[in-house]
Amino acid sequence: MGTYIPHTDEELADMLAFLGLSSLDELFDAVPEAVKLQHALELADGVGEPDVVARMDGYADRNRARSDRMVCFAGGGAYDHEIPAVTQALAGRSEFVTSYTPYQPEVAQGVLQAVFEFQTMVARIAGLPVANASLYDGGSSAVEAVNLGVAATKRPTVWVSEGIHPHWRQMLATFAVGTGHRIVTVPLVDGVTAWPEDPSDGDGPPGVVLVGYPNYLGCLEDLAAVRALCDRTGALMVVGADPLAAGLLRSAGDWGADVMVGEGQAFGTALGFGGPYLGLFACSAAHVRRLPGRLVGETVDVEDRVAYVTTLRAREQDIRREKATSNVCTNQTLMAVTAAVQLGWLGTSGLVEVATRCARATRYTRDAVLAVDGVTPWAEAPVLREFAVQLPRPADEVIDRMADAGFLAGISLDGAVADGDHGLLIAATERRTVEQIDAYAAALAKAVA
Amino acid sequence: MSGDPTVSAASTGAPGGRAASTGAPGGRAASAPLLGGESEPTVFELSHPGRRAWSFRTTGIPEVPVEDLVPAVHRRATPVDVAEVSERDLVGHFTRLSHRQFSVDLGAYPLGSCTMKYNPKVCDTVAGLPGLAGVHPAAPASLTQGWLGLLVELEETLCEVTGMAAATLQPAAGAAGELTGLLLIRAWHEAQGHVRHKVIIPDSAHGTNPASVTLGGYEVVTVPSDDRGCVDMAALRSVLDEDVAGIMLTNPNTLGLFEEDIAEIAAAVHEVGGLLYYDGANLNAILGVVRPGDMGFDIVHMNLHKTFATPHGGGGPGAGPVAVSERLVPFLPGPRPVRTGPESDAPYAWATPERSIGRVHTWHGNALVLARALAYILVNGGDGLKRIAQVAVLNANWIRRRLHDAYDVPFDRTCMHEVVLSARTLKADHGVRALDIAKRLLEEGFHAPTVYFPLIVEEALMIEPTETESPQTLEALATALETIAAEAADLGAEAMAAHPLVTPVRRVDEARAARSLIPTFDARN
Repeated sequence: MGTYIPHTDEELADMLAFLGLSSLDELFDAVPEAVKLQHALELADGVGEPDVVARMDGYADRNRARSDRMVCFAGGGAYDHEIPAVTQALAGRSEFVTSYTPYQPEVAQGVLQAVFEFQTMVARIAGLPVANASLYDGGSSAVEAVNLGVAATKRPTVWVSEGIHPHWRQMLATFAVGTGHRIVTVPLVDGVTAWPEDPSDGDGPPGVVLVGYPNYLGCLEDLAAVRALCDRTGALMVVGADPLAAGLLRSAGDWGADVMVGEGQAFGTALGFGGPYLGLFACSAAHVRRLPGRLVGETVDVEDRVAYVTTLRAREQDIRREKATSNVCTNQTLMAVTAAVQLGWLGTSGLVEVATRCARATRYTRDAVLAVDGVTPWAEAPVLREFAVQLPRPADEVIDRMADAGFLAGISLDGAVADGDHGLLIAATERRTVEQIDAYAAALAKAVA
Repeated sequence: MSGDPTVSAASTGAPGGRAASTGAPGGRAASAPLLGGESEPTVFELSHPGRRAWSFRTTGIPEVPVEDLVPAVHRRATPVDVAEVSERDLVGHFTRLSHRQFSVDLGAYPLGSCTMKYNPKVCDTVAGLPGLAGVHPAAPASLTQGWLGLLVELEETLCEVTGMAAATLQPAAGAAGELTGLLLIRAWHEAQGHVRHKVIIPDSAHGTNPASVTLGGYEVVTVPSDDRGCVDMAALRSVLDEDVAGIMLTNPNTLGLFEEDIAEIAAAVHEVGGLLYYDGANLNAILGVVRPGDMGFDIVHMNLHKTFATPHGGGGPGAGPVAVSERLVPFLPGPRPVRTGPESDAPYAWATPERSIGRVHTWHGNALVLARALAYILVNGGDGLKRIAQVAVLNANWIRRRLHDAYDVPFDRTCMHEVVLSARTLKADHGVRALDIAKRLLEEGFHAPTVYFPLIVEEALMIEPTETESPQTLEALATALETIAAEAADLGAEAMAAHPLVTPVRRVDEARAARSLIPTFDARN
């Protein structure tokens, strides 16, 4: 079997003798016999590392949708972006990979400073003054933002645009059972949210309004209208923003958002079948003491040198316990470090460049797809980096056929929005070439025929 | 990976002077942090206008002007000011930062309750396989059979390890698992027509437990520990009634002690209709020896980043799967991967349990972390898992025995995977605190133990050596701790409070960080 235990049999015997014991089993005398496992675990014995790699590669081989064999046109919060060698090399350094939460700042300045830089970059993208050290994923950031907003306004009603990622909305519904929040879905009309004229619904005005920018269908929402709605109702404005599209778009803070949440996978993290990803969370200064999760702050050491440390710790679960602002402990630090590296690699010009390249690829793809007989736009609202279309047959069928042609065609809108079963969400990143897109459109013409 | 020098190497340089962020715009490729004394400038200070590192593939896509792509009202007026650095400066910067970071790969990390064992490199290889890392999470089941099969195998394996019927792999970390478990408790009671308000936790519990209880919509009832460090049965019985939804327990508990009355606790809680939740933070101690399901637990979360070494990533990502007993299976989060038959073309599919509490992760959980855990379990095997628990417990007991003269051992009997020492006497006699011991230990090339936890032990020093530290490393760790205790008695509080002297930074002003909050570079002035 494989093992990572260094001890030889002689060393084990010596250590047992030091303890006055004659067997390893005696170490477990405190475990009552009645509950002790009376047989070996029914698992195979250990094998060599090469055997395990081969076995895992067997699983990998059965994933037809792997992006090295099937060209990816799916998005929906998870994108096939370039991950350069430099990001893999730096984020893969074992000092970042194999350290714990930075509880001893004297020997954790590497992670702490990288996270401080990450927070700065996220805050600048958000147009807000504070960003935390990460949450699990975009959906968990949305849940935490709702918790913050309800606590701040003391109003349990939450208006969520139907244009928020359907899985985020499902998570909001799951966690609302515990918190008692009332989640109201506000429908999309022609791709953008149709906010009610009169916000005085039976349960009183909302404490939180949550909107996507761009939304799940790729459409650009009217955030000035959302700000006005929040001014009218006193709700907190929470924007679920695509942080890469933010390279071209006005920031959430610029539109007057109180909180920005987002999925940070686009910044250097692999598609990875959906995880680990990176929950982004930024807010205005007014809410910093309600911030969920960890926050790194700058300070000095006893020699007056710049140093970093986790701060405002009194919000957190290990100190505040049942009164904490969140239960988050372990977060996604390594993905935050990865994002800091990737954003450093992109830099000021590269963030504009990648967003522009995605927008151009999306425009080219949309034109090619809409030229296919029977394919029509889902909505006319402006889009940036992905778009939805109406197909003449069910999207699931088309996705299956396109797979045989070598394309992951997109994401079916079945279940995501009302009457979505013929809807297909298509994304094209900076990695898509003209040849790939032309071939995709040609295959689509056959698949929908 | 790197064999870079550790903390002690940073000590070889000149004593630090005022050297904060001196990097002129454009930076410099000097390895000052490695030489000691100086701070590393931020990437923003290394920035120089016009520099860049990025490069993209040639696509042939027409270069439509931005004005035609983004309506004016939505267009950003100026680019986000990220930083402008060359690839060479970027590599220098993050490599120097990594030199200012302790890690398991550099040395022993006996941080109690965190199971900082060696993280096998083969798991990095597995997580990097293009057929796993390059799969979009929204691809349909027919195109992702490998991933679904992998997840089903992991679920079945974790159920065997914990003695449970089924599991969800969605929760991204232990705390997410806890909240998932509490929502399962709530759903189960509601299905029985029960209305219950209270969840019991011991006073030794991790802070995530009470925080999760609140988010689950329950009220926390704390029960004290008895003089043996275990749940006080009489106190427990006095709070048990039909308003109790359940109890959250860690076993072995955070004192590193096995709750010997676990069968009685389970019977008493079940008798009032409550459910038992197992916090798997300390699962490493009991792998292959005793299973939560056999102890009577209904719900178990695991911390794969601890027990199965996936690793910890400087604070995450983790993975916190939740396994349940038969009666709770219909409530599990969905969708979940299931077998649809042994021999069909597509033997795996997604299915949402009939009375599911719903989705708790945006996608399917931290999938690449889950793949690492399965690889780790397969290398070790069923036989290897039991050996892990045995040696982890042996190492902890060796430390306990070796140090019981130098430190107080509040509960000096056979412990499980960790031992809680106390600096109570050192504090009483010499004013030296657990924190001083911890900081001084950093200078010896070891990470500090967990301090001041569990809260019920005064001046606690919680040591979890894990199974991957050799007897020689344990000897060095014990010798360092003995030396420090002797030094504390000789030199006294003031001298000890000056340490550490040779780490990349010395003690940091935490009060100032909170008082004058600087959460971003832009808040500096």
